[in-house]
Amino acid sequence: MIEKKVTIVNKAGIHVRPAASIVKLAAKYKSEFVIYRDGLSINGKSIIGVMTLTAAQGTTLKLTFDGTDEKEAAEEITNYFERGFDEI
Amino acid sequence: MKYSFEITDKNILHGIAAAPGITIAKAFLYSKEVESVDKTTITDVEEAKHNLTFAIEKSKKELNKIFNLAIDKLGEQRAAIFEAQIMILEDPYLLDKLFSRIEEEKLNPEFIVHDEITKYQNMLNSSAEDYLKERANDIGDIKNRLIKNLKNKQWKSRIQNDVIVIAELITPADTVLFTRVNVKGYITNFGGLTSHAAILARSLNIPAVLGVHDSTARIKDDDIIIIDGFHGTIIINPTIDQLNYYGNKISKLTQLDNELMTLKNEKAITKDGIEIIIQANLDIDEELVFVEQKGAQGIGLLRTEQFFNVLDNIPDEVFQLGFYKKISESIYPNKLTIRAFDIGGDKFLPYDVKEPNPMLGWRGIRFLLDHPQLFKSQLKAILRASINGNIQFMIPMVSSLDEIIATKNYLDECKVELRSENISFDENIKFGVMIEIPSAALMIKEFSKYVDFFSVGTNDLIQYLLACDRGNEIVNQLYQEFHPAVLRVLDFMVSEAKKVNKPISICGEMASDKFAVPFLVGIGFKFLSMNASSIPFIKKIVRNLSIDSCQKLANECLNLSSEKEILDNIESYFKKNIEQDIEKIFS
Repeated sequence: MIEKKVTIVNKAGIHVRPAASIVKLAAKYKSEFVIYRDGLSINGKSIIGVMTLTAAQGTTLKLTFDGTDEKEAAEEITNYFERGFDEI
Repeated sequence: MKYSFEITDKNILHGIAAAPGITIAKAFLYSKEVESVDKTTITDVEEAKHNLTFAIEKSKKELNKIFNLAIDKLGEQRAAIFEAQIMILEDPYLLDKLFSRIEEEKLNPEFIVHDEITKYQNMLNSSAEDYLKERANDIGDIKNRLIKNLKNKQWKSRIQNDVIVIAELITPADTVLFTRVNVKGYITNFGGLTSHAAILARSLNIPAVLGVHDSTARIKDDDIIIIDGFHGTIIINPTIDQLNYYGNKISKLTQLDNELMTLKNEKAITKDGIEIIIQANLDIDEELVFVEQKGAQGIGLLRTEQFFNVLDNIPDEVFQLGFYKKISESIYPNKLTIRAFDIGGDKFLPYDVKEPNPMLGWRGIRFLLDHPQLFKSQLKAILRASINGNIQFMIPMVSSLDEIIATKNYLDECKVELRSENISFDENIKFGVMIEIPSAALMIKEFSKYVDFFSVGTNDLIQYLLACDRGNEIVNQLYQEFHPAVLRVLDFMVSEAKKVNKPISICGEMASDKFAVPFLVGIGFKFLSMNASSIPFIKKIVRNLSIDSCQKLANECLNLSSEKEILDNIESYFKKNIEQDIEKIFS
């Protein structure tokens, strides 16, 4: 299992478009993908979960990836978070 | 007005008299309040799961359509919400949860959907940020769509025949659904005279009283209700006296109706021999029977946007072709005027575009010119249906010449394409425009170089001229059909059209207003198009008029300065000139 810490850097936070993109990226991989925020955990492949995450700019999240392709999944998804969802 | 009982009786409610007629029947409360989803146990889990699958698929289909259209127009960024909504309907974790809860808890799917998705909404709503609360609404939309589609399946079997529907608000789509189960009348808490539901009720000959604020609170299922659609009165569980009074009225009305029907094959000719052509407005196939029955001389306005209600979809060219052909053939050799889709405003925008001011926004020809494919499919279907030579075509919501020229270009393009495919059509098909926007009313002369005829939509024209939202109960008393400015604009248009020798007709509600008809005839309108059920009565009025007296009345009205003066004047005209028996209906 791989664990990553990311900070939300774009202004609008995880709004609808990034939420959809995160889920689409996650769906490409077999690995389980979970997002943790303040003790709350949601499945990263569930759009309604990600939309409900209410992660605004500055929020720090923990991401975990678990499965055969966890390395690739972790790299692509973490990278997308770090790019500020291509909004900066 | 004499009642044999006290008008202040506690079982009487008042509203807007939206569609005439009197009827006595049982009440059926049509509640669409999503919050009040019932919690019921189910016995057939498989059926419940099947219904949920059906609702999910239907919702996805609706959203896919919306999404594709939205990308075109709004761009990917703003269309993303629809994509996210589709993804929610495919969310494996959510779906798994919904289906497994149905299995385990054995509760109805509406309740499970409501309960499960509301949890997410509540999480978002508890946040302090406004934009997150908005997202809760997006999730709420999905929930409502699912529940609506779960319920729709039920409604069809749940509404009984021969009931009076009581609802908060009735959408045009509801009205169409109700026609299938022989609804006897409508009562709503909200909505006004010119709401689309009211127009449909009138054309289907179903009495309606709208804007009765507490109807859903006061009336229970199976209460016996009297609707008096002439006076906007409803009576809940009537006394014997009240029943006798209205029973008596109903039989008198039937008698009068039969008398009027003898005029069916007579023309609407004034006493001094001028013929007025009276045509029908048509929304849905179901009304076609009335067109013949009521003696209409063709269809002056076919509103095609009803497809969206009935089919929940934009039909393709072939489907439209079949529909237009069927109607044109059934009224041949009378003429059929087809109006292009009037989408937007208060009418079924196919996707949830939130405009700050939809009535001044993306509707009618504006919408069509932005969707060339959709527009061309309709143009081609109309052209192909026109082979018998009795179809003409017009566009709604024109505000300037550019829109007419652009439409003509599309029309020519379609003609060229059809010719190259060797498909025949009426080469001389007439092309007209609706006059609903004040700017268009002032441009008749310029427009006439490009168009063959004009048709005045009074409802929109009045609301744009007076800057008054006809659907807004707070200001709808400012919506005055007989405002002096309205009459003057009508007069101006007729004389402009006369100068360029192009026919002009009127297809708004005003054409079926008994008080308006003498004025309209007086200023020179020769074509009136209205809901079919009004035709016999308006024919009768026209046959009692003389052109001379109408012209005199019109001239007087054009010089008055308030609606009240004008109405007083018309009323005294009626007393002097129109046979007493016409008045009987309204007493």
